[in-house]
Amino acid sequence: MIRLSVNGVARTADPTGAESLLTVLREQLGLPGAKNACEQGECGSCTVIMDGELVCSCLVLAADADGTEVRTVEGVASADAIDAVQEALLDAGGVQCGFCTPGIVVAARHLFATKPDPTEDEIREALAGNICRCTGYGSIVRALAALAAETP
Amino acid sequence: MTTTIRTAKTRGVGASIPRPDGIPKLKGEFAYSSDLEAEGMLWGATVRSPHARARIVSIDAAPALAMVGVRTVLTQEDVTGSGRFGLAVRDQPVFATGEVHFWGQPVAVVAAEDRETARRAAAALLVAYEPLEPLVDPAIAARTGSTFRVIDIVNGDPGARGEVVVEGEYEVAMQDQAPLGTESGLAIPDGIGGVDLHISTQWLHADHAQVFEALALAPDQVRLHNAGVGGAFGSREDISLQIHLCMLALRTGRPVKMVYDRSESFVGHVHRHPARMRYRHEADRDGNLIRIEADLLFDGGAYTSTSGAVLANACYFATGPYRVRSVAIHGVAARTNNPTAGAMRGFGAPQPCFAYEAQMDRLAAALGLDPVALRLKNALGTGDRLPTTGQPIVGSLPTRTVIESVAAMPLPEPDESTDPRRLPGGTGLTTPRPAVRRGIGFAVGIKNLAFSEGFDDFSEVRGVLTTAGLELHTAACENGQGMVTVVEQIGRSASGLDRVTVVFADTSEIGSAGSTSASRQTQMTGGAALRAATAVRDEALRRVGGDRLDDSGVWRGDRLVASLEELLASGPIAHLERFRHPLTSPPNATGQGDIHAGFVVAAHRAVVDVDAELGVVRVVRIDTAQDVGRALNPLAVVGQIEGGIMQGVGLAVMEEIVLDQGVMKNASFTDYLLPTFLDAPEVEAILIEEPDHWGPFGAKGVGEPPTISSTAAVVAAMRNATGRELNRVPVRPQDIALGSHQPPATSHQPDRRPEGS
Repeated sequence: MIRLSVNGVARTADPTGAESLLTVLREQLGLPGAKNACEQGECGSCTVIMDGELVCSCLVLAADADGTEVRTVEGVASADAIDAVQEALLDAGGVQCGFCTPGIVVAARHLFATKPDPTEDEIREALAGNICRCTGYGSIVRALAALAAETP
Repeated sequence: MTTTIRTAKTRGVGASIPRPDGIPKLKGEFAYSSDLEAEGMLWGATVRSPHARARIVSIDAAPALAMVGVRTVLTQEDVTGSGRFGLAVRDQPVFATGEVHFWGQPVAVVAAEDRETARRAAAALLVAYEPLEPLVDPAIAARTGSTFRVIDIVNGDPGARGEVVVEGEYEVAMQDQAPLGTESGLAIPDGIGGVDLHISTQWLHADHAQVFEALALAPDQVRLHNAGVGGAFGSREDISLQIHLCMLALRTGRPVKMVYDRSESFVGHVHRHPARMRYRHEADRDGNLIRIEADLLFDGGAYTSTSGAVLANACYFATGPYRVRSVAIHGVAARTNNPTAGAMRGFGAPQPCFAYEAQMDRLAAALGLDPVALRLKNALGTGDRLPTTGQPIVGSLPTRTVIESVAAMPLPEPDESTDPRRLPGGTGLTTPRPAVRRGIGFAVGIKNLAFSEGFDDFSEVRGVLTTAGLELHTAACENGQGMVTVVEQIGRSASGLDRVTVVFADTSEIGSAGSTSASRQTQMTGGAALRAATAVRDEALRRVGGDRLDDSGVWRGDRLVASLEELLASGPIAHLERFRHPLTSPPNATGQGDIHAGFVVAAHRAVVDVDAELGVVRVVRIDTAQDVGRALNPLAVVGQIEGGIMQGVGLAVMEEIVLDQGVMKNASFTDYLLPTFLDAPEVEAILIEEPDHWGPFGAKGVGEPPTISSTAAVVAAMRNATGRELNRVPVRPQDIALGSHQPPATSHQPDRRPEGS
């Protein structure tokens, strides 16, 4: 049995031995927003924030998430709203199939939380662990660069 | 009743509106097939062959069935119907029986109470194999008649000869579509012998037919439903786990879910055909193309899939978007024990483009002509005939315009930055700026739109007017490309309503929309949506004598004559429309005929920085102009262009499934390299809008052209930077640094022309 805070809510889960945080989020806690695309930490589709750090939840042993604070894409905005990162991505065409999108939203929010006005190179480097196969990345970079430019 | 099309105020055709499923996707709420669950659901797992070719000696399911939580194990013996599937030819058994023909071929499936138990049970199944020598060389396969299709195209004067000749051999490796969502689905038995399958696919009705035929069920006993798709790019055009899921659900009487992991996904779908190509271009001294001979060998792998149509595309477009007086093309799709090849974005067009564009550059050099000028001199256009098939080109084909537009775009300044993120080798810190050489390359590509060779190609849309607006029901698959956005825009412009919604219908509710492939849904399902929305509007206006429809109701002049509620009180308004593109014909014995419904061209210019000593490259920029007919949603079109270019760049510099005796050596995202944010070039796109003759509002499909010539342009730029031949993609570091793998490329003047040629 593990206890953790997910999107500000205290949760418990009962992972089997080698289960990942990703599996627990998706299959025990009813949070399918983080996606399983490679299970090797290469694509970033499963990205969540754990105790303030960006992690690939597929590489985190669920048992190691005991006592942590986890934030997933479901915790980014309230039910009937989207935040600035999400809005920028939507308007710039940064979503196509959308399978990478939750990971990109979480990683981009983490970037802006740690550095409010990143340069384009910094945006590219910060998101280099998130693979998108649809957009060619241009629309996502434009969305986030525009957001950075709005930052006072 | 007038059928003049009105463009709705802001959200109709031409508007760069965001996609309707964007917000759920951004919030993590959008349900992909891998997110589906059902009460009492089992998990399935597949047992796969570890050999590229082997005889199955025995299958012992007992160790798996003995495990706690395992509910069933199924093999080919459990298949009730034809037991075979295949998109074009039903030649693949649901499970290997007797002999396995490729590495990873399914041998059995298991269902268990949870995913981990299912995986362990699959591993516990005992299959005894007698390994056999696999046939992995497509050249040997071709020589011994192990082929899916052989095509010979002869057109023009076979005696025509040019004074300037260039010859070359080219090779394209196997590329993976690598959609981020792996194969997944959920099958739910209906309790009376039928099954509902929720699946991410590219062609709901083709899957449906293969499932019910393989299992000898009545068509209405199997219902396929579109579930959220995490990308496709051709990988979902063939069956993967559809039949397995339905069998498991019917056998156990419980819902069954399957999700391939990444390594299984690599073997679970078909790939881009590896190709070996030999070319001979002949031109007169002024640079007019006189004759092109090409010998194209495509490795189709173990089963047919779409090899026949892929090879046909390669042959029909083997000469590029150029006028040529005389053509001789020989194409073979070989049957081997390599992984099966089939559809991937571009569908047979990127391979020859890589070769013929290298040939054009070599020809320009031999002639002492500018490469762009040589292309312009020979550019194919409306009114010309396709040099391979002889088909007159009646729609728009702005080859000259795309070339001139790209050539006129400004080149980037030399990059003096020493930031490693802007250097080849990147943050690996391998390359100092002085070691960088810049190169520029140009390429043009052509392809057909929608299905060819006499295929009965259609899409159905039912327009249903409700008090909440217009619903457009379709079985078309939304793979991320934006069909759903564009079809709604078409519905708005045709009907006058703003509240227009695509509704995904299952196979029992509507006819086929055809495949989401061949760049065809904007034109085909868009075409059907245009007719359905127009028919709904016309009936609404006719019913109450109005002249305009909008979300409030029907208007006559500036007076509302009926609200939607009042209008529909006298009965529902619904129209089912089936759209077909202009008829095409199969080829005759020499490959001649009106084989295609339409054509599309694009040009790319690549700028690369290369560290020639280490063989590392950074693709700095791609400028492109693309023939789009009419951009129904420019934002979505640019999204297709940028995404398609990235896949073309990937093939140029990194993407390759490495095979050893038919076994994949890199079936993971750790070992199969994909472009990241740091690999993505700047892209500038110009949309050339010359309306086509049959797409809605003149639109053409836009998904594939970006992938066709971007690969060729990048490699041309790398040749320009390094002076290497680089006749194989992906270009590897050793190809640049050491000049390894250099198939012969020669050019010669008339005095050196081979005897008898």
